[in-house]
Amino acid sequence: MEQLIQKLKEEIIDALNLSEMNPEQIDDKAPLFIDGLGLDSIDALELTVLLEKKYGLRISTAEEGKKVLYSVRSMAEFITANGKA
Amino acid sequence: MTNSGFISRFCSIRNNTVVVNNKTEFFRPDEKPEKFLTGVYQHFAIQYPKFYKMDILSKLGFLSVELLLRDTGLLEKYAGHKTGIILMNASSSLDTDRRHQESILDRANYFPSPAVFVYTLPNIMIGEISIRHKITGEGTFFVRERFDASFLVSYIRQLFDTGILQCCITGWTETNGDDYESVMYFVEKTDRPMDGIANFDAATIQKLYDKVK
Repeated sequence: MEQLIQKLKEEIIDALNLSEMNPEQIDDKAPLFIDGLGLDSIDALELTVLLEKKYGLRISTAEEGKKVLYSVRSMAEFITANGKA
Repeated sequence: MTNSGFISRFCSIRNNTVVVNNKTEFFRPDEKPEKFLTGVYQHFAIQYPKFYKMDILSKLGFLSVELLLRDTGLLEKYAGHKTGIILMNASSSLDTDRRHQESILDRANYFPSPAVFVYTLPNIMIGEISIRHKITGEGTFFVRERFDASFLVSYIRQLFDTGILQCCITGWTETNGDDYESVMYFVEKTDRPMDGIANFDAATIQKLYDKVK
């Protein structure tokens, strides 16, 4: 799991052009949106594409999206639960 | 003498050089546009993390306005809804359009990027600048073959004369591959005689455009 979290952080920095950040600055459990990294709705779409492109996983509902994209850890748990880690 | 507007400040970013009111503020040769613009952002210690997410056209426009307004307090004199942004270029958002097209060419690997797609209109740059500076007046982007001083002056004077705007950021912001060029003016409406300040007319803005070229 920790390896996956580290990899996800690097992928998020790359996908969202967070050039000023390094993986260590991203808290695994902190909210990705509003607080935390302060991401916006376009970033949410970008993370949804990332999950599909890199892990072959689709988020089926907005409600599921809110839970899965809550933090880096929740994304990693979603990937692991679906056997894509 | 009376006029309907004067240019209180201008800024250009091109040929890897930043010039504000005739003074060269930054020069770094032999760098590609993306790297050069990131260098400008860092050199002037601008704090706006969203900069990194912008496409190159928005980065160029954003930095031009940052340096145009830097330490001036110019915008504070006016209400947001009386401040406008009227910009122009030749290539619209073509750079980003190409990036988006490349991302959707392969139907077997079809993953368009929302972060790229969102910039496939040049007026998104106006939105970025408006958000940053709380500008809520008219924002319009024109695509013309070349810098059209007469058109810009005529359009903005009409906005001044009809009371829609009291001040305006205007100019030319163009990117296409490795070519980029931005010249911005801050224009204020006035019907007072103005001495010693550049009048807002086509000949003057054309001259300033040519001068810093």
